[in-house]
Amino acid sequence: MRNISYAEALGEAILEEMERDDTIFTYGEDVAKQGGIFGAYKSLLGKFPNRIFDTPISEEVIYGSALGAALVGMRPVVEFHFADFLFTGIQSITLQIEKIRYMTGGQGKLHLVLRGPDGVSNSAAAQHSESIETIFMHIPGIKIIIPSTPYDIKGLMKTALRSDDPIICFEHKSLYATKGEVPEEEYFIPLGKAEIKKEGKDITVVSMSRMVHESLRAAEELEKEGISLEVIDLRSLVPWDKETVIRSVQKTNRLIVAHETWRRAGWGAEIASTIQEEAFDFLDAPIARIGARNVPMPFNALMQNFVTPNKENIIIEAKKLLGR
Amino acid sequence: MRYSKNFLVSLYQTMQKIRKFEQSAEQLFLEGKLPGFIHLYIGEEAIATGVMAALNQGDYITSTHRGHGHMIAKGGDIKRMMAELFGKTSGYCKGKGGSMHIADFSIGVLGANGVVGGGLPIAIGAGLGIKMKETNQVVVAFFGDGASNTGAFHESLNFASVYRLPIVFINENNQYASTAKTKETTSVQNISDRAVSYSMPGITIDGNNIIAVYETAREAIERARDQGGPTLIEAKTYRIKGHFVGDPTKYRENIEVNKFWENEPIKIWEKQLLDSKIITDKEIKKINEELDAQISEAILFAENSSDPIPENALSDLFVDDAGYDY
Ligand SMILES: Cc1ncc(C[n+]2csc(CCOP(=O)(O)OP(=O)(O)O)c2C)c(N)n1
Ligand SMILES: [Mg+2]
Repeated sequence: MRNISYAEALGEAILEEMERDDTIFTYGEDVAKQGGIFGAYKSLLGKFPNRIFDTPISEEVIYGSALGAALVGMRPVVEFHFADFLFTGIQSITLQIEKIRYMTGGQGKLHLVLRGPDGVSNSAAAQHSESIETIFMHIPGIKIIIPSTPYDIKGLMKTALRSDDPIICFEHKSLYATKGEVPEEEYFIPLGKAEIKKEGKDITVVSMSRMVHESLRAAEELEKEGISLEVIDLRSLVPWDKETVIRSVQKTNRLIVAHETWRRAGWGAEIASTIQEEAFDFLDAPIARIGARNVPMPFNALMQNFVTPNKENIIIEAKKLLGR
Repeated sequence: MRYSKNFLVSLYQTMQKIRKFEQSAEQLFLEGKLPGFIHLYIGEEAIATGVMAALNQGDYITSTHRGHGHMIAKGGDIKRMMAELFGKTSGYCKGKGGSMHIADFSIGVLGANGVVGGGLPIAIGAGLGIKMKETNQVVVAFFGDGASNTGAFHESLNFASVYRLPIVFINENNQYASTAKTKETTSVQNISDRAVSYSMPGITIDGNNIIAVYETAREAIERARDQGGPTLIEAKTYRIKGHFVGDPTKYRENIEVNKFWENEPIKIWEKQLLDSKIITDKEIKKINEELDAQISEAILFAENSSDPIPENALSDLFVDDAGYDY
């Protein structure tokens, strides 16, 4: 099978769907001429000049216009530049997109996708490093996909582009250049279907995005010490695949939830809570949560690395759970 | 006058229909029959009526928290509107929205909006969508004087101008934003002056003059339809009632309000129709009786409709909503 990058896989998904469906169009800041600030749209450069365009720096309108365009029958795909800047247009999402169908008693189909980069990168500091997916899990009204591989982003994005509900997609900056196997043939990945990335018997680790790769690295190291992790990538957060996690915990009897966003009230707390409610009898140890320290992201690399969770945190927690 | 009698009388009918709907809503609210908040459009009817008379059926509007008038003028069903005010299943939003969220996407009403300025970005998206689809539809975005001080206003007018979107911005300057006097919170005398910054025509008109509203809107709508870009129209009017039903309005004098009762649009229009012998007293009486009957029917429909079962609260979030409640 061929190997392509995460950004290329995203581009393929969008291009294939644009060719099929002429209601799809995509816009945002620095997307058409530059191909996206982290190269997400590099493979779209020069394609569909009328349906891929750059906008002014007007986030409230960029997000809110996706709603208006969907209501008149289009399928907009909007890039949010940096997840941090979701906040500068947040009312268009949390008060409009997430509510209008419900408030109007189920009128309309909000086939729209908001997508863009999130997460920590080299000393981008506090206003360009955030992962804020938990907020959208908390407020009802939008579905969330967070692909960790080229294969996943292609399959999930293609599903998103045929969905009739609003979907937000978070793409970790560090993933765009990563490569992976992507088949030539068309495929789709449903929302709400986790993937067991590695089977194991001692501890279940639930994660998403960059932390999936950290979990796999931790699993590899721990294997040498005779500790076996089962690594699950949720892939979508609304809805999340409760059944797969419960089945895994029934086998391993231990759970770690690991994400890059802040540990305090991060989505890991929701997962942990649900598992203790529904699989309490299967747990042999308290559920461990791994997330960023509860401060904004510092600039200095030593401090940034201290605050950001990685495979070491997973190794430490895993050993603690096993009393080693 | 250059217009048919039918047309001129229909303007009167629509304005009166809005007025009577609003008066009933006020009454019902004061009787304790309606929950929530009701923002009345009394005194501003000429704006919605005149603008909608210049729009085609397939055109879109975005509305505001003070949206009953827009909805009625665009052809909304007053039975389903009234039922929504009561929170009934037969209401436009099945009791999930209430006064501030009435919408009917099928007639191009993309929603009232509880967020001041919240409709503007949605109108931009509708305009973008129309441009992509290459149809010749038009979007009208209604918003208040208060909304013209939001960031959404600036972003939206700039965006519409840059892409020459088929949008007409109708600013309903009723001189108040809640308790705040517009002239004390706004940097310009005329909100239409702001159009200069967006390289689009800006026009201030008397919003209580139905023909001025209709003709100005028609010109702007035609320009938008012919790909001539957006226009900002400021229709000056006056919010005769409180900000919401039950507002004690301690922030203004009755004398000020009384002055505007003299200048309210329906009274002016009725007098003009009578003076120019377009309509007789008898015809006016008949129209009003018919409207009263329609309103009574709407109230009866609403009162006799069933309440939703509480569990209905869990539907309508997503199209595909199996298993999303965890
Ligand atoms: C973003 C936002 N801020 C504040 C409010 C509370 N609020 C509701 S209506 C209103 C006044 C709006 O004034 P204007 O735009 O002139 O409309 P009008 O009520 O006069 O029709 C305010 C402050 C709100 N709904 N939304
Ligand atoms: Mg006002």
